[in-house]
Amino acid sequence: MNSSFKIRQMRIAYLFLLPAIIIFLLGLVVPLINTFELSFNRLSMGSRWSDRDYVGLQNYERMVEDDHVRSSVGVTLRFAAIVLVAELVIGMGLALLLEKPIKGAAVFRTIFILPLMVSPVAVGLIWRYLLDGRIGLVNHYLGLVGIPAQTWLGNPDLAFFSIVITDIWQWTPFIFIILLAGLQALPSEVLEASRIDGANWWQMTFLIKVPMLRSILLVTVLMRLIDVFRALEVIFIMTFGGPGRSTQVMSLHIYKTAFTSQTLGYASTIAVVLMFIMLVLSLFLLLFSNPLKERADF
Amino acid sequence: MYRRIILVALVAILLVPMTASVMAQEAFDPYAPYRGDTIVVSWPSLYHFNQAATLIPQFEEETGINVEVDFLQYQAMKPAQEVELQKPRTGEYDVVAWVVFTKSEYVINGYLEPLANFFVNPALADPSYNPDDLVPAWTETGGVVGGTNAYLPGPTQALYGLPFGAETSIMAYRADIFEEHGLAVPATYDDMLETAAYITENVEGVYGMTSRGAAGHQIVHGWLLHLSPYGGTIFDENWEPAVTSPEAIASLHALKTIMENSPPGVEANGFGDQANAFLQGDSAIYVDSHKIAAMTRDPNQSLIDGKVGYALHPKVGDAECGLSETGGFAMGIPSNSANKEAAFLFMQWMTSPRIDRQLALIGADPGRISTLNDPELQEQFPEYAVVVEQLECANPNWRPLIPEWGALNAPILGVYVSEFATGNMTAEEAMAQAAEEIRAEMERAGYYGWSSMDM
Repeated sequence: MNSSFKIRQMRIAYLFLLPAIIIFLLGLVVPLINTFELSFNRLSMGSRWSDRDYVGLQNYERMVEDDHVRSSVGVTLRFAAIVLVAELVIGMGLALLLEKPIKGAAVFRTIFILPLMVSPVAVGLIWRYLLDGRIGLVNHYLGLVGIPAQTWLGNPDLAFFSIVITDIWQWTPFIFIILLAGLQALPSEVLEASRIDGANWWQMTFLIKVPMLRSILLVTVLMRLIDVFRALEVIFIMTFGGPGRSTQVMSLHIYKTAFTSQTLGYASTIAVVLMFIMLVLSLFLLLFSNPLKERADF
Repeated sequence: MYRRIILVALVAILLVPMTASVMAQEAFDPYAPYRGDTIVVSWPSLYHFNQAATLIPQFEEETGINVEVDFLQYQAMKPAQEVELQKPRTGEYDVVAWVVFTKSEYVINGYLEPLANFFVNPALADPSYNPDDLVPAWTETGGVVGGTNAYLPGPTQALYGLPFGAETSIMAYRADIFEEHGLAVPATYDDMLETAAYITENVEGVYGMTSRGAAGHQIVHGWLLHLSPYGGTIFDENWEPAVTSPEAIASLHALKTIMENSPPGVEANGFGDQANAFLQGDSAIYVDSHKIAAMTRDPNQSLIDGKVGYALHPKVGDAECGLSETGGFAMGIPSNSANKEAAFLFMQWMTSPRIDRQLALIGADPGRISTLNDPELQEQFPEYAVVVEQLECANPNWRPLIPEWGALNAPILGVYVSEFATGNMTAEEAMAQAAEEIRAEMERAGYYGWSSMDM
C-alpha cells in the first residue's frame, strides 16, 4: 500500500468523522466548558450570561463546608453501590436462567425487558402510587397477609429502600439483555470442550462464562454507573429527595440548587464535582480492565 | 320664502355634523383604538383560569380585542415566561400570571410594567373599576412590590399586578361526622388538635386531619400555615432568621400532631394528596386553601359533597383570629409587551365587578369583596361568608416574598422541617441548622451589608 493512498484514506476518514465531531463539540464540549467556567462565577436564573460575576474559588469553598453536598454524595454512593450489585447479580442470574432454549423463553425475555421500555417519569408515578401510604396497592396486599401499612415514601429508611427497589425493577432488564446477548455469542467450542473435560455447571459458569464475558460486564457496569449518577426523574417524582435528605442524590441536589435556589454558578460547581467523581470511578474501572486496550493501538 | 328654506337647510347642514360629533362623544369606546389587536396571555392550566377562559369570547365580542391564551402546567409556566420576559425587544406575552412568590423576582429583573402607568390614563382606566373592592390582602400579596420589607404594603410601594385566582386558608370539616359525634367546631388550635385526636381514635376508618408533608416546598407550606397563627415569622425586622423562636417551635409541634393524626403516607403528601384524603372521606378536618370548597362540589373527585362545613382558620389562645395565608396568583403586564394598553384593558375587564360576579357563577374564584358578600352567591357557595370574614385576618406577611425565598424554601426549610417531622431531628436542632443556613444565604444576597456599615 503506498503512502499517498494511505493519506488520502485518512483524509476521507476524517471527513466522515467531521459531522460527528462538530455535534460533539457543540452539544457536549462547549456546555462542559461553560459549566466549568460557570463554577467560578455567580449567576442567578433569569439573568443573562453576561451578568455573571467572577467569584474565584468561593463556590468551591462553600461546597467543602456544605452539609447538603456531603450528604448527597453519601446518598449517591450508597444508592449506586447497592443498585449496581443487586442489578448485576439479578441480571446475571436471569440471563443464565434464560440462556438455554427452555419452553417459553421468548415470552419471559419479553416480559423481563418491559420495565426498560417505560419512561422514567411513568416509572416514578407507577411506584409513587403503588407505594402510597394511604391508597397504595403494596400496603393493600401486605394488609391481606396481616402486615401493617408502612409509610414507604414517608420514612427515611423505607424511602431509600423504595427508590432502590424501583431502580432495580427498571434497570435490571438492561443488564439482563446485554449479558444474555453476550452469553449467546460465546464460542460454543470452548463450552463444549469444557463439558467434555467434565466441568460442572458451577465451573462452567464462574471459570469459563463469566471470565469470557468480562469485557461486556465491564462496559455494562460502566454504563449503569454513569446512569445511576445521573438518575433524577424517578426520585424527583417519588420523594423529591425527602423525607429530610434521605433520598437526595447529587443530581437532584444540583437540580434544586440550579432551578429552585436559582444559583446557577453554585449548581455548576457541584456538577463539576459530580463529573469528577464519575470520571475517577470510570477510570478506575477501565484501569481494572480495559476492553478497548487490545485494540487501542491501531 | 326660498331664502328661509335655504337658511333652514344651511342650519341643518351645520347642525348634523355637530350632533353627530356629540353622539360620537357619547358613544366613547375605550377599546376602539385596539380593535383587531391580538394579545397573548400566559396562564396556568388550573380550574380558575380554565373557567375564566370561557369568558374570553364575551370579551372579544364586547371589545374587538382578540385574545390567545397560552395555558401551561403551573410549574412549567414560569420557565416559559422567563424566556419571553428576557427578550430585549418584544416578548410574546402581553399578560402573564404568576404565583405570588414570583412577584419580587420579576420586578427586580425589570420584567414588569408598573400598573400606575395605566391607571393614570383616563382613556384606559375605567372609573367604575372600584379598586377598593379588590380584596386588599390579595392585591398586596400578589401585586404590590417595594413597600415595607420590599414585598409588603408601605409608603414606597408600587403596584405591578392584579389578584386573579388568589386564595386564603380556612378550615373545612366533615359536618356529618361532627354532628354524629357531638363535636364542636374548633376555634383554636388546641381544640382542633384535641378534636383531631378524638376522631382518629374513635371514628372508624377516618383520621382527624390531613396535611401536606412531602419534603421541600410542600411541607414548608404546611408548616407556614400554622406558623403565622402561632405568631411566628421567618425573619425578624432586621432580616435575622426567627425560625428558632418559641412560636416557631410550637407551630412545628402542631404540624407534627396534625401529621400524626393524618392518614398514612402524609410524609409524602403534596397539596393534591392531602386534598384527596379529605375529598375521599379519609380525613375529617382540613386547614389550607379555600379552593377545597369548589373541589368538594366536583363529583369527579369528591365523595363528600354536601357533608362539609366551613369555619375560620383556627386561632391560638386568646388571639382575635387565626392569621391565615394569602397566596395563589396575580397577573400583570410584561415590560416588553407590544400591546400593553390592550393588555391592561383585558386585565381590567377580567377583574371588574361585573365579570368577577360572572366568574363566581361559573365556579371560578372571585377576587372582590362585593362578590364574596353577595347574598345570592353566599347561598350557593357556603364558604364565601367564611372566606370574606377570614380575609379580615389574612396575613400577607405569612411568608417572606423576597427574591431569595426560592433558595430558602425547598432547599433549606424543606429539608429541616421534614427532618423534624419524620423524627430525624428535634425541632430545636432542625431549626438551629436551618437558621444558620438561611443566614448564610441572606448574607450572600447582601441583606446585612447596610446594618454592618459603621456610620
